[in-house]
Amino acid sequence: MAERAAPRPHSMAGRVLSAVLLILLLGGVLVSVSTWMNGRQAARQAYDRILLGAASDIAESIRIQNGEPFVDLPVSAFELLSQAPDDRVHYAVRGPGGRFVTGLDATPIAPPDPRPAHFDGALQGEPARFVQVTRRFAEREFSGDVTVVVGQTLRARRAMALGLMLDALVPMALAGVALVVMAWLAIRSAVRPLGALAEDLSRRDPRDLTPMATGGLPRELALVQLAMNRFMQRLDRQMSATRTLISDSAHQLRTPVAAIRAQAETILEEPDPQARDRALGRLLGRTRSLGALLDQLLSRALVIHRTDSAPRVAFDLRETALDLVERRDHDLIAPGAEVRLDLGEAPVIVHADAFSVGEAARNLMVNALKHGLPPVVIGVSRQGDSAVLWVQDTGPGPDPAMAERLGQRFERSATSGEDGSGLGLSIVHAVAAAFGGRVEMTREAEGFRAALVLPSDPMEDRE
Amino acid sequence: MRAMALRLALALIALLPGAAPAQEAVASFGAGATRMVLRSTTDIAIIAPVIERFVERNPDLSVSYEQWGSNDLFDDSRAACDGRRAPADAVFSSAAHQMVWLVNAACAQSHVSAATGALPPTRRWRDELWGITEEPAAIVYNTAAFAGQDVPHDRFALLDLMRADPDLLRGRIATYDIAASGLGYLFAHADSLEATTFGAMLEAFARVGAVATCCSAEIIEGVAEGRFLIAYNVLGSYVANRQSQAVGIILPEDYTLVLSRSYMIPRGAAHPEAARRLLDFLLSDEAQRILERIGLLLPRDGAETGLLPSAPRAIALAPPLLVALDGHARRRLFGLWEDAFRPAQLP
Repeated sequence: MAERAAPRPHSMAGRVLSAVLLILLLGGVLVSVSTWMNGRQAARQAYDRILLGAASDIAESIRIQNGEPFVDLPVSAFELLSQAPDDRVHYAVRGPGGRFVTGLDATPIAPPDPRPAHFDGALQGEPARFVQVTRRFAEREFSGDVTVVVGQTLRARRAMALGLMLDALVPMALAGVALVVMAWLAIRSAVRPLGALAEDLSRRDPRDLTPMATGGLPRELALVQLAMNRFMQRLDRQMSATRTLISDSAHQLRTPVAAIRAQAETILEEPDPQARDRALGRLLGRTRSLGALLDQLLSRALVIHRTDSAPRVAFDLRETALDLVERRDHDLIAPGAEVRLDLGEAPVIVHADAFSVGEAARNLMVNALKHGLPPVVIGVSRQGDSAVLWVQDTGPGPDPAMAERLGQRFERSATSGEDGSGLGLSIVHAVAAAFGGRVEMTREAEGFRAALVLPSDPMEDRE
Repeated sequence: MRAMALRLALALIALLPGAAPAQEAVASFGAGATRMVLRSTTDIAIIAPVIERFVERNPDLSVSYEQWGSNDLFDDSRAACDGRRAPADAVFSSAAHQMVWLVNAACAQSHVSAATGALPPTRRWRDELWGITEEPAAIVYNTAAFAGQDVPHDRFALLDLMRADPDLLRGRIATYDIAASGLGYLFAHADSLEATTFGAMLEAFARVGAVATCCSAEIIEGVAEGRFLIAYNVLGSYVANRQSQAVGIILPEDYTLVLSRSYMIPRGAAHPEAARRLLDFLLSDEAQRILERIGLLLPRDGAETGLLPSAPRAIALAPPLLVALDGHARRRLFGLWEDAFRPAQLP
């Protein structure tokens, strides 16, 4: 987990919680608006029906008496209207041509054209809702339309709409509060392992790079922990590599440097020029071998460092072999020795660090040139799902007892003499280990063969 | 002579819209700087103790109490609502249907207080109209005439009495003239809705030559003097107020209409705040106790009135009362009424 020192670190729990709140708030507003609309619609329908009922009641009560409509106004109509107990009412009955028959007052209130049954209007300046019902008479003494208009102010409708909305909203508001509380608890319990992880890390001894105890962590955090454990492993390896390098260097360099100093002192005191020249020759040999040793030490450290840190790329092993031969290092080590290439037609792709593999190949070649017999063949081939880079000479190879120990640091073969540091094969082994491969040494009919076997990557995209 | 009286009353009604309606009596209470005008149908003598107590408690107010006939007061209030006349600060009328009409026509302003909130729904509408009193419509009788006899305790008994002995009661049953009194009309309207006995009553009234006259005080006076033996649908409160041994009171057991005098604050009132204070006072425990004492409020204890639980029928302050003022409904009721009272008035 990369913790950046941001100027103002935000709380993850706070963020999630505010997101939850925002969602709830938006949802709440939407739901409120929709319940208000629904409530208004429901109240309008309910009270429109009451209006219609009252108007129909009145229309039913109209009789024709002496050629005139007579309204025996039913109290039931008004009791119906009293379902809206605090609303003022209006009613008017009109004959053909809008002639006022009876009603509360003669103020004409008529629906706008085209005529809907229900319409909005005003009663003494207060918004009101009206309904018009028409009854058609075809009597001997009277024929024509008699219209009944009944209206009512809107108090009860508003109260009902509000009531419906509150009825819907109050439980939802409670549910919202419960959701927030539950979200808060859930977030807290989700974040708690993070805190435990942080505490584990902060309590840890700085030199302690052992993996953290897994278990009890959610999958997402286990991933983080795994990454951290890997990181610590790498760190551990690198630190131990550094430690090894330091101790190797100390161990390996002390003796030759002391020897060189001693020889140099001897030379200073040697009066005989001939003997001094010989001694100088030996001194030169020693410094050369010291150089080679330093070279290998650094090369090994570099390889070990790179195997952990350098990105792995796919490359063709044949190119490694080709580069090696083209650098013509062998001309320096063993002038005149014959080095041949044995490469196949198909590319042999591995997933590794090209430099490290190149170093390993160089060390194999150097060993073959130093300890084996020319001609030396460098080959690349595929065996099953392994990619093999091998170096073969025509010599017998090391004796089996020796071969057992070869590859460990500073194990030198009898023929190494003072020249070898014993680091060459150890580099090859390190590279093989780092990229999941191995080192094979076999005696073939043609001679001794040392091979670096790496898992091959037949599909380019395979990891 | 009675026919003359009725015709005269009808003629007066017909003339009234043109004539300037006038109050019957005026009284002034208190000496406070703010003078509120209260127009009421209640007799000054009856209501005086309550108003006196009010101005006592509110020394900054004085009340100009105008006593009106209910129909005149209705016309006045309508005119005030249309802006043709200066409105009163409060209107207090027994004609509940007229008050409902005024509130329905948006002539009132609202007031909400703890006192108004405590009123039952039948005594409150839109927080613009409040029923202050509870007064039963009673049957009143001359105690001397019925000495030793069973008095009719419900309408059926009264009907039986009128059928059994029409000569005894001929011309000696009185009731409100519905044309002259808004209250009388309201009772008749409520009766016509309440039960089928109404038709039978009118028919019986016609048979015995009942007298329709005005008003409560005069009718009770007549009963006390023995000119009338029975009066139907008289406000019980007026009888209770008389405290007379000569007059007996029956709350009919089949059903008893209970009227609530209602109080309204006109929209354009000059002193609405004073009117609100008066309203809250009228609904206060103190004023309600006074009202109970002077007979304007049924005692809380039902046992005292001898009414069955189902008998009281409150005339609710609500839109159905608008029917009472409908032109056709009036025409129909007046038609029935005149049919009932005309033949009896022929010699």
